[in-house]
Amino acid sequence: MTNDEAVLDSTPALASMFRLQWEEVQQSWVLLYPEGMVKLNGSAGEIIKRLDGKKTVTALIAELEKDFEATGLQNDVLAFLEIANKQGWVKT
Amino acid sequence: MMTPTVNGKEVTVGPPLWLLAEVTYACPLHCVFCYNPVDYTQHGPELSTQEWIKVLRDARAAGSVQCGFSGGEPLVRDDLEELVAEAHKLGFYTNLLTSGIGFTAERAKALKEAGLDHVQLSFQDSTRELNDFLSHTKTFALKQKAAELIQSNGWPMVLNCVIHRLNIDYIDKIIELAVDLGAEYLELANSQYYSWAQLNRDGLMPSREQLQRAERVTNEYREKLGDKLKIFFVVPDYYETRPKKCMNGWGNIFLTITPDGSALPCHTAKMIKHLDFPNVKDMTVKDIWYESESFNHYRGDAWMKEPCSTCPEKEKDLGGCRCQALMLTGDAANADPVCDKSEHHQVVLDAVAFAQVPDVKRVEVKPLVFRDPINSRKLSTISE
Repeated sequence: MTNDEAVLDSTPALASMFRLQWEEVQQSWVLLYPEGMVKLNGSAGEIIKRLDGKKTVTALIAELEKDFEATGLQNDVLAFLEIANKQGWVKT
Repeated sequence: MMTPTVNGKEVTVGPPLWLLAEVTYACPLHCVFCYNPVDYTQHGPELSTQEWIKVLRDARAAGSVQCGFSGGEPLVRDDLEELVAEAHKLGFYTNLLTSGIGFTAERAKALKEAGLDHVQLSFQDSTRELNDFLSHTKTFALKQKAAELIQSNGWPMVLNCVIHRLNIDYIDKIIELAVDLGAEYLELANSQYYSWAQLNRDGLMPSREQLQRAERVTNEYREKLGDKLKIFFVVPDYYETRPKKCMNGWGNIFLTITPDGSALPCHTAKMIKHLDFPNVKDMTVKDIWYESESFNHYRGDAWMKEPCSTCPEKEKDLGGCRCQALMLTGDAANADPVCDKSEHHQVVLDAVAFAQVPDVKRVEVKPLVFRDPINSRKLSTISE
């Protein structure tokens, strides 16, 4: 199995240290953690809010493509999840 | 985002993302490095529960999202649970900054139920307790109990220890203590010289040799511990040649409300006497943040003098810290004299030079001044 296939089968969730929240004043999704905040761009917010620890990444991509009437999102989603993993925001 | 006009120029101002609620100056400790104002005993009465609740609602509406409950020792207030519950309900990420004194199993449970997100436990390593601290006796037992409560309630474990001349040589013991307590993050923050720490600066500033050793030891532990414990090490800015971007900019993200309701762009700004800082009893947080003269005063760069005003690095550090400029040069609009471009940089060099003199060779040794009500009243009379 390649690395990408392993990720596609995984079921990531937001790491327990972080809380995702919509901030009306900033018009943006943010991740909150002890004494800090990460402001997410629109697509990052849409990805993270769909993570529940049960859904596979394959299902997540299908859901995003349906909701946004788009195709070919796989590479973008995998690239973001790699960053999110490195930052410790997401646990697989 | 709003764009108030400051000194004739439009300045873009984002929301006050960080609200520091200093709910009380009361504290069972007497730390020689405390950043609370030296004249804290002369300040007005503490805000009531209802007044604090209004502050929280107001600040949240203005866009605040992180809320730190601090002091003094915030656990001294018996309405802390109520305030945390309100902050949580409003959608704040809630942080408690505590020494652990008064942090009982009952209060920890109540705070958890109120929705407290995070506890930052600090070592109250004042010199009176240094021996006790190093021998892992009373202080260790207290921290251990607090640490257990933090873990059993599922809070992330962040320890903070103020580092200075008297404890910096024991940095290995401090790190090991953090490991023993199960900490995930450890902040080793060198004392910054404001308020009580400024009074005690000669006694608190480490020598260059001490500092280098401490950094080396910290790096060795980082290597050894890996992800098990993340260690942040903050050097004293006197050893730098460029100033820190203090508070990430005046009135940029940070809002402190003091126990009596004064609104400040940082927790020591009240020392800038020519600014009339607003009180939350008189103005909404939004008006304070965007409209008040004192919050707009050092926004942008129109207030800057030379060498800052023509400096290519002015955006990077915004001229450093206004309080430090005031304390060390007499004018808050001057460059922070940590900067080696400042004509007052020599005062910093002199302090650093004195820090290299070993304690035994010091001719005049000023005794450390402990932060307590008696000293505060004494020092307030002198300054009046």
